[in-house]
Amino acid sequence: MVTYFLRVTDDDRVFKALADPTRRFLLDLLFARDGRTLTELESELEMTRFGVMKHLKVLEEAGLVVTRRSGREKLHFLNPVPIRQIHDRWIDKYTERQVSALLDLKAELEREP
Amino acid sequence: MTSTATTTQVHRIYIRATPQAIWDAITKPEWMDRYGYGGHYESELRTGAPYRILTTDDMKKAGAEMGFEVPDVAVDGEVVELDAPRRLVLTWRMAMDPVAAAEGFTRLTYEIKEVAGGYAELTIVHELDGAPAHAAQVAGGQDAAQGGGGWPWVLSDLKSLLETGKPLAG
Repeated sequence: MVTYFLRVTDDDRVFKALADPTRRFLLDLLFARDGRTLTELESELEMTRFGVMKHLKVLEEAGLVVTRRSGREKLHFLNPVPIRQIHDRWIDKYTERQVSALLDLKAELEREP
Repeated sequence: MTSTATTTQVHRIYIRATPQAIWDAITKPEWMDRYGYGGHYESELRTGAPYRILTTDDMKKAGAEMGFEVPDVAVDGEVVELDAPRRLVLTWRMAMDPVAAAEGFTRLTYEIKEVAGGYAELTIVHELDGAPAHAAQVAGGQDAAQGGGGWPWVLSDLKSLLETGKPLAG
């Protein structure tokens, strides 16, 4: 159990969970509208219910999704806290200024037709 | 398809601390001023009691620099439910922002659970029906130094304080 909870707080799980387009899409869906059921999320994906459940489980183990019961339904919520922690640990420490300068540059260049 | 509680935000963090230490950090004035956006905290901490978080001199100075006056009260509300060190339910209004203040009170629940390995799980459930300005403020994702860190930044800072004795904000 000790190792389990050390792993819960481990960046590796978050990076691994984010390293998949379907899982990022699920997070984007929850970002757009939070507190959705499995059925609602499944309707947005060309994938079996079991496949969606597996992806949600990886996101939940990484702490990026938190589920709560509401009556008979299980609702999925995006938990932004682990992303903030990654930000504080990796982005702030080394490169925030350069990254934001590059993102500004990208936005500027992409504005051209 | 059912319509679900889409305006509720859930923020969860694991902290290497006892539930009591986390409880103290979210309820005791001397702790409340040491992480997140700080502020002097006043409450008797019993069901039905009002509570307030007062703005700091830094907040007032930052406001003045941006050309507006920061009022004395940052956050106000009432204690709805109290079960130390497990559960605290508050009504919660960001009184210092006129737009948010006009939205009225939101409902904020802290849940603390002991988990294995000396960790505790702290979950914030913030019910934000009809409160888009509150929702935008507490969601985070903006510049933390400008007050836009929201719950993710506050929780991250609380974790640093409890685990290392020092907040991120320094």
